[in-house]
Amino acid sequence: MHPAPPDTAPSERPQPRSTGDLFTSFTWLALQGFGGVLAVVQREMVEKKRWLTADEFLEDWAVAQVLPGPNVINLALMIGDRYFGLRGAIAAVAGMLTVPLVVILALAVLYAQFAGNPQVAGALRGMGAVAGGLIAATGIKLIPALRRHPLGFGICLGFVAIVFGAIAVARLPLGWVLLVVGGVTCFWTWKKIPA
Amino acid sequence: MTIAMHWHDWLALFAQYMMLSLLSISGAITTVPDMHRYLVDQHGWLTNAQFSSSVAIAQAAPGPNVLFVALMGWNVGLNAGGGIGAGPQAWLLGLLGLAITMVGIMLPSTTLTYVATRWGHRNRTRREVRAFKQGLAPVVVGLLIATGWVLALGNHGGDTPAWHLWLLTIAAAFIVWRTRIHLLWLLGAGALLGALGLV
Repeated sequence: MHPAPPDTAPSERPQPRSTGDLFTSFTWLALQGFGGVLAVVQREMVEKKRWLTADEFLEDWAVAQVLPGPNVINLALMIGDRYFGLRGAIAAVAGMLTVPLVVILALAVLYAQFAGNPQVAGALRGMGAVAGGLIAATGIKLIPALRRHPLGFGICLGFVAIVFGAIAVARLPLGWVLLVVGGVTCFWTWKKIPA
Repeated sequence: MTIAMHWHDWLALFAQYMMLSLLSISGAITTVPDMHRYLVDQHGWLTNAQFSSSVAIAQAAPGPNVLFVALMGWNVGLNAGGGIGAGPQAWLLGLLGLAITMVGIMLPSTTLTYVATRWGHRNRTRREVRAFKQGLAPVVVGLLIATGWVLALGNHGGDTPAWHLWLLTIAAAFIVWRTRIHLLWLLGAGALLGALGLV
């Protein structure tokens, strides 16, 4: 176990009380995440519990995104590890997966009976449309955090537009977009920040 | 559907998911095409319908999207046990399949993330590490908005007019942006509108 460094977890900031707290927090968080958990992570971790600032969320999520594996699982692992080391990482990931796994199995067994029902299909469609809005809003809410970025706000907005165009409009493979656009932004940022 | 799974088949399934785990940059969902190739086309362990419903149910259910992988393993196990109606033996094989695919998809990536982020945290004052993390921030914001767009578009193509769905998506985005209303209310409203046939 490594002790939590004081500069990342100042005592005056809210933080998880125990590994049990991590487990239940991430279970509750996962159970709210229909069609993806990311919007809920931002809402719970940054706005409600305030275990992370908006800046930290952006940076952590960027790292979780470029490493292989489910982003939200990687994010949970990183947050858990930061406060309680390996035990925390396991507690956070287990919280994210255990109860939702039971729920999804139950749904799969139920689904066999209601697959052809138009109301069920419609409800899934409506929830999907809302889920898209939730994720987009998560991104929109993080835009103000870019005002403090070394590249400047305008250039950042330009890169936001480029990535949106490449993924949502041109449908380019994500790996290439990350490599090329991310490579440019990282190198440019590297040039801008002091050594 | 009934299939025969030998111990070396289970092992091959495990190895395949371990490999896909390391390739799943930006999420397991990006490996879906390859899973389809492996499970449906190459081995015939799942039907097309079983594969599609595994993804769809996981998208609609609460929890991380990666749980679609669990449903694929569950369905492979059920098929190996003679189907869901075949009794406890099929259910046990379903749980075995679930464990194999989930551990396979999770273990390599989480181990790598654990080691890499610890290294990054110890070296967080280094210029390269700061540039890497800060440099990706605008890319992440663009990706989030694009993901919302793609997800919203994925629901279109039904009987209802597309602008109903767009209106719902934009309204949901605006409400989340400007208010702190609980997200479950919004999802519930979306489900209700959909069930009533309005979107």
